[in-house]
Amino acid sequence: MGLAEAAALPWYVELWRAIAGTVLIFSGVAVVAAMFGVLLERKISGWMQSRLGPKHVGPQGLLQTIADTIKLLQKENIVPRNADATIFASAVLVVPLAALLDYVVIPFGTTRWGPLIFRDLNIGVLYFAATSSLVVVGILMAGWGSNNKYALIGGLRSASQMVSYEIPMGLALITVAMLAGSLSTVKIVDAQAGWWYAVEQPLAFLIFLIAAVAEVNRVPFDLVEAESELVAGYFSEYTGMRFALFQLGEYGEMFAMAAMAVTLFLGGWRGPVLPPVLWFVIKLYALIFVFMWVRWTYPRFRIDQLLNFAWKVLIPVGLLNLVVTAFFVMVVHR
Amino acid sequence: MLLDWGYVAIFAIVGTLLAAMPLLVIWLISPRSDYPQKFETYESGVPAIGQAWAQFNVRYYLFSLVFVVFDVEIIYLYPWAVVYRKAGPVAFYDMLVFLAILTLGLVYAWRKGALEWV
Repeated sequence: MGLAEAAALPWYVELWRAIAGTVLIFSGVAVVAAMFGVLLERKISGWMQSRLGPKHVGPQGLLQTIADTIKLLQKENIVPRNADATIFASAVLVVPLAALLDYVVIPFGTTRWGPLIFRDLNIGVLYFAATSSLVVVGILMAGWGSNNKYALIGGLRSASQMVSYEIPMGLALITVAMLAGSLSTVKIVDAQAGWWYAVEQPLAFLIFLIAAVAEVNRVPFDLVEAESELVAGYFSEYTGMRFALFQLGEYGEMFAMAAMAVTLFLGGWRGPVLPPVLWFVIKLYALIFVFMWVRWTYPRFRIDQLLNFAWKVLIPVGLLNLVVTAFFVMVVHR
Repeated sequence: MLLDWGYVAIFAIVGTLLAAMPLLVIWLISPRSDYPQKFETYESGVPAIGQAWAQFNVRYYLFSLVFVVFDVEIIYLYPWAVVYRKAGPVAFYDMLVFLAILTLGLVYAWRKGALEWV
């Protein structure tokens, strides 16, 4: 992990550090995001709908997701006869991998030895913008490879939706990068020692959050897997553990988006008294709660409303916000 | 710099292996039973009519096309944003011209009806 850079460690130390970091992030995301996230989603959904949610497996249903995973492991693995087997099978790997690649640049906290981050890339924000949109490739592969009409429509919708919301998200990212004068996520967190960027840039924060919900295909932007019209969208044909891997990808991506929002706008791991990692987790779960809250508050958009909202509202507002911020920064710095 | 990308490459390789592990597990332990109906394409219970690889709405393509234009232009904004504070007012006016062209493109696509879903 991002410990203080000693003068050129031997290559095998670097290699093992990278491998250990990867395993740590993968297992962390699988447990914290996918397992606990699914449980939390079901509990909060239940709570908001005045029902109990999972309750019987373990104390208060805590072990429900683990039971589900074990169940899914025993399920048969079906590849439809008409499907393009290679694309169908490889999509399962692309989606979680693309989601997890985001975590490379997220600073989870800070330690005596330096920031707790897999790798502090000097173009971190741009890297995040690039990897977070890679998921669409996997979704499109799944949709196309299934040779199923529901899956194909889901995949295509996802493609047009994710590329449309990519642009307002990029504009929000650029605004932050401009204020911080850097694309490194660690430096951006450092730049928020005074004010959080959510306070300085509420509009960019709002745009980022909306675009993030759209990028992870959640309600009200869940046209991709609109269950009342498309069965399960792009993963209609996937069974058992493959289905679970898509879930891992979705929840991994959702947590990555929330983590990035925390990093860029909510001061990252900064906070008084409590240890930094704990602050990060608290902020992360607060945002995740907002995502789940939104899910049970708004009805689903129609596809034309969805795309109009991106192109005719978010992008002009994002551009205007960028120009006004740039002007403000220029005047202040004179 | 190269070391950074080495880390990312290792993350991608090890990550792929980790993501493939559950697939290996199900390959070993999941049950298999063969009957032809199971491998039919799912279409709400009735036999699937034709292939899914058929014509679909061209709008999806159109939006991707507009996206490519915008995304390429947005890439140019990243380096500008990083050096903005050091570069002074000239950077602001330069980018104003650039953003004006970008906005012109958006207005053009809008007026041409490329952003309408019909």
